[in-house]
Amino acid sequence: MQSVSAVELRNVTKTFGSVVANNNVSLSIRKGEILALLGENGSGKTTLMNMLAGIYFPDSGQILVDGEEVAIRSPRDAFDLKIGMIHQHFKLVDVFTAAENIVLGLKEKGKFDRKAISRQIREISARYGFDLDPDKKIYDMAVSEKQTVEIIKVLYRGADILILDEPTAVLTPQETEKLFAVLRNMKADGKSIVIITHKLNEVMAISDRVSILRKGEYIDTVETRTTNPQALTDMMVGHAVTLNIDRPEPVNPQRRLVVKDLTCLDGQGVKVLDGVSFSAQGGEILGIAGIAGSGQKELCEAIAGLHPVSSGQILYSNPKEPDQVESLVGRTPMEIRELGVSLAFVPEDRLGMGLVGSMGMTGNMMLKSYNQSGRFFPDTKPFRTLAEEIREKLEVVTPSVNTPVRKLSGGNVQKVLVGREIASAPALLMAAYPVRGLDINASYTIYRLLNEQKAKGVAVIYVGEDLDVLLELCDRILVLCGGRVSGIADGRTVTKEEIGLMMTQTGEVGDHDRT
Amino acid sequence: MTEHKHSQREPLIRLAKREDLSRGKKWAIRLGAIVLALAVGSLFILVLGHNPLAVYKEILTGSLGGPSVRRVTVRVAIPLLGAALAIAPAFKMKFWNIGAEGQIMAGAIGATYFALYWGEALPKPALLLVMALASIVVGGVWGLIPAFFKARWGTNETLFTLMLNYIALGIESYLQNGPWKDPSGTGFPIIAMFGQNARLPKVFGVHVGWIIVLALTVGMFVYMKYSKHGYEISVVGESQRTARYAGMNVSKIIMRTMFLSGAIAGLMGFLVVSGADYTLNAGTSGGVGFTAIIVAWLAHLNPFAMVLIAALLAVLTKGSNAIQTSFKIPASAADVLSAIILFFMLGCEFFINYRLIFRHSGSAAPGKGGEGHE
Repeated sequence: MQSVSAVELRNVTKTFGSVVANNNVSLSIRKGEILALLGENGSGKTTLMNMLAGIYFPDSGQILVDGEEVAIRSPRDAFDLKIGMIHQHFKLVDVFTAAENIVLGLKEKGKFDRKAISRQIREISARYGFDLDPDKKIYDMAVSEKQTVEIIKVLYRGADILILDEPTAVLTPQETEKLFAVLRNMKADGKSIVIITHKLNEVMAISDRVSILRKGEYIDTVETRTTNPQALTDMMVGHAVTLNIDRPEPVNPQRRLVVKDLTCLDGQGVKVLDGVSFSAQGGEILGIAGIAGSGQKELCEAIAGLHPVSSGQILYSNPKEPDQVESLVGRTPMEIRELGVSLAFVPEDRLGMGLVGSMGMTGNMMLKSYNQSGRFFPDTKPFRTLAEEIREKLEVVTPSVNTPVRKLSGGNVQKVLVGREIASAPALLMAAYPVRGLDINASYTIYRLLNEQKAKGVAVIYVGEDLDVLLELCDRILVLCGGRVSGIADGRTVTKEEIGLMMTQTGEVGDHDRT
Repeated sequence: MTEHKHSQREPLIRLAKREDLSRGKKWAIRLGAIVLALAVGSLFILVLGHNPLAVYKEILTGSLGGPSVRRVTVRVAIPLLGAALAIAPAFKMKFWNIGAEGQIMAGAIGATYFALYWGEALPKPALLLVMALASIVVGGVWGLIPAFFKARWGTNETLFTLMLNYIALGIESYLQNGPWKDPSGTGFPIIAMFGQNARLPKVFGVHVGWIIVLALTVGMFVYMKYSKHGYEISVVGESQRTARYAGMNVSKIIMRTMFLSGAIAGLMGFLVVSGADYTLNAGTSGGVGFTAIIVAWLAHLNPFAMVLIAALLAVLTKGSNAIQTSFKIPASAADVLSAIILFFMLGCEFFINYRLIFRHSGSAAPGKGGEGHE
């Protein structure tokens, strides 16, 4: 029997300026299946799905829903066709309740009947196994609850085809399991589900079929049970890769940094770090794990002198003068840097800090040392030389060292940043989310560079979000939860589940402190 | 199926950003915009009952057609270029200084004080130097005030600089009607004409201001491109977080840059009172501080491009004065004509940055594509 696909894309092409995001992609989504859309960052997964959700309109090609050609010009058109997408960045109104957010934007005649809406939401929750209080405000919710609201919002509008863009990026392992259970229930109910991801273990765990994209091109679709992670990776990357991260034993670890009872407040006077204590040693990689926004950023910034410290101590032992212990609290970023502390911070907005997007590599090399000569017209030659060196050594792909770094791909931007920080020969290197947005090859380059630093006796602090990587790379892992340290584990013995538990364990306590 | 009929057609026009437009194409678009502007302007002139070609010719001859009108045109261009140069570093820093108007006035007031009360006491070179310094300091302080508040308390610089314009104007008006009123002015509230000592010398028939602004053009280019300060300004403009991360003192940079911005604008005030008007009045700034924003923006903050744009706008200004007298076209209508040209020049930047994609006919013929399948 020939069944009609729920959605079919035929020869879809989408370009942005000179960038081809999707080139001639054909893909079908069957009824009642979970399809994983696999590809590296920048392979065009999200763009492709955004065309189904009505965010973008294809330059050419056709979209068929239930065998019927359609043009989806807006999210409303998508809803009319029963397609709903849950985006990576939630689009919710903070001060509204779950129920209010769910009905927001619906053009229904008649009275706003809260009771009926709540009843309907409870029905949906019960049917698929969600756990949601319709009257809870968004700002009171944890990330996973917000995601639930987004999913129910789509179901409430009657979607039969659900697209989830990297839904597990913000979840702990336990929450991911819960989400997958819900997705399986939906599939049993006849819904078609597309899950965009680049995590192979998730693909294997949840999907029926996998479609692979690489650099905007459609590669293949395979049945999940007939494939394995290595084969998928090879298709995703285009050539064979080894998926192992080195973890050499620390050599002669020396105490480099001691943080005692560190407490920091944010602009509103809310505690973002609460009594944090730990130490970091030269020659080891200390991982920092935690749900996004648990204080990772503030911790790095406080050490680098970029975030005010309310109380506590940050003590630093300079390897050049081992007997002397310096306090970093109260010093300017410039002074801290001169002591050998380097922060390669990669925030959500990759170019928001650390690099100047409109400048080329040369200009960015100058960023921290433009003033060293003290001259009014600084000599750019040494920086140009350094830029050329980094370009060659780290294989940065750029037309020239003067091309604005904004125009480079994410991986290359990261290499420029990390390259500069390493070039300053730090004694303590903090790298926050250094592989975010990078493809597999570039990620492994970064891991290798961090390991090189570790071998040189540098104390490396690695803030990561992928637990698998943290477990493979780090000697010790510090887990933050709601601004507190919920545990420091040995990276060689701890399990992913244990880390997952620590990530939420003191979450409730942390949340209460915020009120 | 009819229920999705509304969603079966591609949108009529879509926008797409474009990045890699060649230099030649960019200029072709700009040229096209000017041609279009002239065409639309022609329609307007026809409606007024004149011959467009004759009017355009008069704009050119009235601004460039002879030594005396050329001198006036240059005199118009000087403060325009200078104020645009003043704005450039602030804008590069993304500090939206729309207060050049007030900073010019503040500088002019500073210079006028010395012209009126020290005119006899100092020899000419010393007096002019003191006047210039006064205009730089007072204009600079006028620029520093909003920067200080922004650096300290994060106030909105756009509103702040705008409001300071009116305060500067108010102070001028107070001085003109009160303490600085010319006693021999037969009751009219005007400020006395400057003495010979307080007037700028001329070179090739125009006050030396033109040499000063041209030197400033080169200076500003070098300052922005090669100096430490220029580097800091670029970084702060891109991201204050990055600047702080690099160890820069952002507040200091904002205040220093705005002092510079105000100081150059203030110096333009000195050039106007001492080189062109020989007195101070409510029209000393005359909207130059606002027009300069257009100059700076159209030039993409490049000092050398500003020279061209300022010259072009000066030709327009002087030319539209000329057509008022020779064609009896009212001033407001002449302004409309300049505005049409400016509108197209500013508007064409949109087409340089974006491209329009029109629905191609036949690509999404309703319901046809999906039916061949069984």
